Amino acid sequence: MGTNSLYPFTKRGQTMLDSARLSSLPPRPGAGYKPQHYSDIMADPDPVGWLEIHAENYMGDGGRPIAQLRHLAERFPISVHGVGLSIGGEGDLDPEHLARLKHLVGWLNPASFSEHLAWSTHDAHFFNDLLPLPYNPATLHRVASHIDQVQDVLGRQMLLENPSSYLAFADSTMSETDFLRELVTRTGCGLLLDVNNVFVSATNLKTSPKTYIDDFPLEAVGEIHLGGHDEDEDETGAPLLIDSHGKAVVDPVWALLDYTLAKSGPKPLLIEWDNDVPAWPVLADETRRAGRALSLVTA
Amino acid sequence: MTVTQANFTAAMLDPSAAVPKGLQTPSGDIASKRFNVYRNNVAVSLSDALETAFPVIRRLVGDTFFRAMAGVYLRQHPPTSPLMMFYGEDMPAFLAGFEPARSLPYLPDIARIELGLRRAYHAADARPADGQVLGALAPDALMNTRLRIAPAVQTLTSDFPIYSIYRANTAADAPKPVMQAEAVLITRAGFDPDIHLINAAGATCVTALADGQSLGVAIDTAGETLNLAGVLNLLLSQGAVTDIY
Amino acid sequence: MSKASKSLVLASAVATALTGLATTSAAAGDVKCYGVSLAGENDCAAGPGTTCAGTSTIDYQGNAWTLVPEGTCETMDLPAMADGTPREGSLEELDRDLPA
Repeated sequence: MGTNSLYPFTKRGQTMLDSARLSSLPPRPGAGYKPQHYSDIMADPDPVGWLEIHAENYMGDGGRPIAQLRHLAERFPISVHGVGLSIGGEGDLDPEHLARLKHLVGWLNPASFSEHLAWSTHDAHFFNDLLPLPYNPATLHRVASHIDQVQDVLGRQMLLENPSSYLAFADSTMSETDFLRELVTRTGCGLLLDVNNVFVSATNLKTSPKTYIDDFPLEAVGEIHLGGHDEDEDETGAPLLIDSHGKAVVDPVWALLDYTLAKSGPKPLLIEWDNDVPAWPVLADETRRAGRALSLVTA
Repeated sequence: MTVTQANFTAAMLDPSAAVPKGLQTPSGDIASKRFNVYRNNVAVSLSDALETAFPVIRRLVGDTFFRAMAGVYLRQHPPTSPLMMFYGEDMPAFLAGFEPARSLPYLPDIARIELGLRRAYHAADARPADGQVLGALAPDALMNTRLRIAPAVQTLTSDFPIYSIYRANTAADAPKPVMQAEAVLITRAGFDPDIHLINAAGATCVTALADGQSLGVAIDTAGETLNLAGVLNLLLSQGAVTDIY
Repeated sequence: MSKASKSLVLASAVATALTGLATTSAAAGDVKCYGVSLAGENDCAAGPGTTCAGTSTIDYQGNAWTLVPEGTCETMDLPAMADGTPREGSLEELDRDLPA
């Protein structure tokens, strides 16, 4: 299958996965929204092409978070990025959380909704971290049925993000890229490609990040993430990179982005910065660097 | 070799447990230090969430004690919802039974204030009613009038000077607390929650009004120590009354 | 107190309460100012790697607890507990830095 071919979108009689429908985010740089940047963003005449919010922070009944979001949505395309659905969980999706998500997506009508290939809830307890799962036919079936359920409830396509890996599962029988490709085929979902996660996982698991990109179904990608990571090492002295989102994107990840964009063409590009969040101008500089990477493939 | 999510979470929350077999390094060894990444992420992110949620508790017990206590709390009471903005609901009950904090018996009530402020921050918006409407009502009509109270409004009563303790740890020039029972009213005019000192009768009156009782019944329920003018002025000036009917 | 006099007390309290109250109370809030201490947000970042916070076994074993509260240290006398143990509590900040 070539990089420009389309995947069949089999849900509810919809025929093909139209790449324009993958996401209506513009193929421009966006930023992960932090409330402390509200005034700077609103005062900036052309700050970013779009903003991404974490769904769970806007599931209260009212108050400033939702008031801010209403104002932002009047001016920017919004991407809703969930961090609490536990799509990779062994148990059923939490119907209450799904209902909260439906409510948010309903009133906001965001340009995109995405979640993670990970789990965070087990036995009714939420662990506030993106936990890993093995890749095999059993987990594929489970994740696919959860994605089906999310897309049915929300009445829209979702994007699924590749995780950062720190370890491997002995009972994985599929590569991550094959697993994601099969999910796209089965559910019609799109993908969110986190290039930093690719770099982190490849370093930690001693694989090639470029080969991962070569194997990734780029035609299903509706959004790309970039973020900073921390460097540590395991007990053998091997590098162990941590997806901390607490600093600037490193040069090898920018290079991997260039490699990706050359194959995929322009995509909406997000800078994530969640820990040690800098002043807005620092984050805005990172988005401008993303803009330069995009301009290389847009011209 | 299958690592279930039950295996994974049990080992994740217990640092003395063995890393589940089946979690590997690239060379096929058991991924001990790599698994610790998840142990740390969970413990640190939940401890951070508690620190954000309970800044006054943290000041009262000190950083070292708070972090250690958070480590106990997060394992006894991991979140039951993905909404981190509400994490810590069990903190008052936890503190009440937490032996090392026994010398600070007012901590549970301070935790209730901090939970209440967060609930208020995320409560539904409500348009304040015009209090002057009350001034136009005849005395008998007033007795049968009801006030709808905004969703953000809460009351708390305590045997301890919880308002004074809270203020002494959040405001620069607040007076030193003296031992007395205090009650607080939490309001949210606009988007920022605030707490106000009332007495137990005031708290009873506001609770009765919020339950839909008439002013006449609310006054009776509250009893003679009620400072009615003070409570009404507070409610109206803080936008805590959303309808007069 | 009779019902009639109660209603007069109420009317008087209402009049007092309304004195000085702006006609439209509680102007709309400023959406910009950010209640930082009330944030408590979800995000999708990982934590601090392999530092010891999640792996220290003494962190959470209540039976091995040796720490005492050492925060804001103004002592206030509180009534003794039921078993006669004296209570004392730190109630406000003392201007000193705690040892690291």
